[in-house]
Amino acid sequence: MSLLFSQRKSPNAQSRMPGRSFVMFFIRHLQQALASIGELWRMPFSSLLTMAVLGVSLALPTTLHLLLKNSQQLQTSWNSASQITLFLTDNINEHDANKLMNRIALFNQISKVDYISSTQALAEFKQLSGFGDALEYLDKNPLPALLLVTPTNKFSSSEGARILLDKLEQQPEVKFGKLDVAWLEKLNSIVTLLEDAVFALGGLLLTAVVLVIGNTIRLSILNRRDEIEILKLVGATDDFIRRPFLYTGIWYGIVGGLIAWVCVSLMLWWIEGALVHLIGQFGSDFRLAGLSFIEFLWLIFGGAALGWLGAYGSVTRHVRDIEPEHQL
Amino acid sequence: MIRFEQVSKVYPGGQQALNRVNLHLKAGEMAFLTGHSGAGKSTLLKLIAMMERPTSGQVFINGHNLNKITKKQIPFARRDIGMIFQNHRLLMDRSVFNNVALPLIIEGYHLSDIKRRVAAALDKVGLLDKVNSLPHSLSGGELQRVGIARAIVNKPPLLLADEPTGNLDPALSLEIMRVFEDLNSVGVAVMIATHDLGLIARMKYHTLTLRQGELIGDGLGSTDLRDSEFESVS
Repeated sequence: MSLLFSQRKSPNAQSRMPGRSFVMFFIRHLQQALASIGELWRMPFSSLLTMAVLGVSLALPTTLHLLLKNSQQLQTSWNSASQITLFLTDNINEHDANKLMNRIALFNQISKVDYISSTQALAEFKQLSGFGDALEYLDKNPLPALLLVTPTNKFSSSEGARILLDKLEQQPEVKFGKLDVAWLEKLNSIVTLLEDAVFALGGLLLTAVVLVIGNTIRLSILNRRDEIEILKLVGATDDFIRRPFLYTGIWYGIVGGLIAWVCVSLMLWWIEGALVHLIGQFGSDFRLAGLSFIEFLWLIFGGAALGWLGAYGSVTRHVRDIEPEHQL
Repeated sequence: MIRFEQVSKVYPGGQQALNRVNLHLKAGEMAFLTGHSGAGKSTLLKLIAMMERPTSGQVFINGHNLNKITKKQIPFARRDIGMIFQNHRLLMDRSVFNNVALPLIIEGYHLSDIKRRVAAALDKVGLLDKVNSLPHSLSGGELQRVGIARAIVNKPPLLLADEPTGNLDPALSLEIMRVFEDLNSVGVAVMIATHDLGLIARMKYHTLTLRQGELIGDGLGSTDLRDSEFESVS
């Protein structure tokens, strides 16, 4: 559209096909997107360095996210296996213990009861603790006999198990009972703490990504100051000048996201064996969860969005400030 | 085509660049703008190109008051003005084709139109064979002609040139002036700022003479110009 000379033809007037200017809009965007890749390719080393910084910055929150996700998964898999340990009074004999066992096995909240006599307990302790022969010097077995009670699924939640525990503690033969939810609740609060930490750290690192991209774009704008002045002199709008820089920011974010994904995948591969072995010792079957496809897309699009944001903040201010007034 | 009404420009810091200038350039006219360095030539051109705004007074292009053009409209208004610079201001890392095509790319022309128009513009300045060269491989005169091709590629009705021959020897200068004359002969209004008095003397065109921000000569030919320049030199 000609502003000063209404009789001048504008290029859009020449395209008679309806919808063509709409299509051209996308084609032009695509051209500028590809051109900005070319721009990055001109300085492959420094571009790659920036992308690596972004990749590492994105890899950290991603790792934290995976840590969180896995610990939540772990939490649910352990929650259902909560067990109640009943410590019996010291002077109880095996016969009384069996009677108690048969009695509570009838409770419909309970799926399984195991009896461990004090002798068995001592033998197991000897084997696992490594004190071995030192325990021989004890004149009498200090360990109480105990019952391991596994609640039914319905009563295995920390709430239900607690009610059951209260009921079991009413039994005269029971000295006291111990519910595994105590440490489950600790795990719970650790996971909550972890969540908060992930959000805080993640927020910091994502801010770092925006700032790194903003600064990189700022430098590249200042490097191309002459070019921007020339573009403004021949009638380019700020939007037009801004676009390649925005695309550059988006590419930085996308490649940074890809690098982060590679980093995280390598890290998972590295620790998976050791971790599964460790968790296995706790008697839980556990598979380390990696990034799902949706999460992968989130990472890439998130990277692109952060790249755009960083570039936008930087480019809007600087492109506006550069005016070709100093030399005609 | 271009009208100045009582235009003054004071730069921040108090330097008075133009003082109540009135002038009128008719459509399709070719004019020289002359005066010493610092006389206000560049400021006058910058006001037309909207790179500066007048402190007071009004500038009209084709009847449009430039004071009423908003910052957002400036890019669109500049597309109607072809600008040529002393230091040519080309993108040195782009080919001649890409440099000349720039205004068309910005306006969103179709690639086939761009090719046709770039070829036509380069043909007009006699550089059609250099279309794929890089600016580094061209001489000073050729670079200046690429700059002209870029300015005329979207056929603006108005051309502004600031010292287009400033870095060129007399033979090349004359060649560049012939290009401007050709363009003017097809109806393009041309305003050329120059202090190359010898050049102006040989060409009988509307000449505007500035001295210390004031318009002291406005007429055809070069007689009164030489007098006024003589005055200001002595």
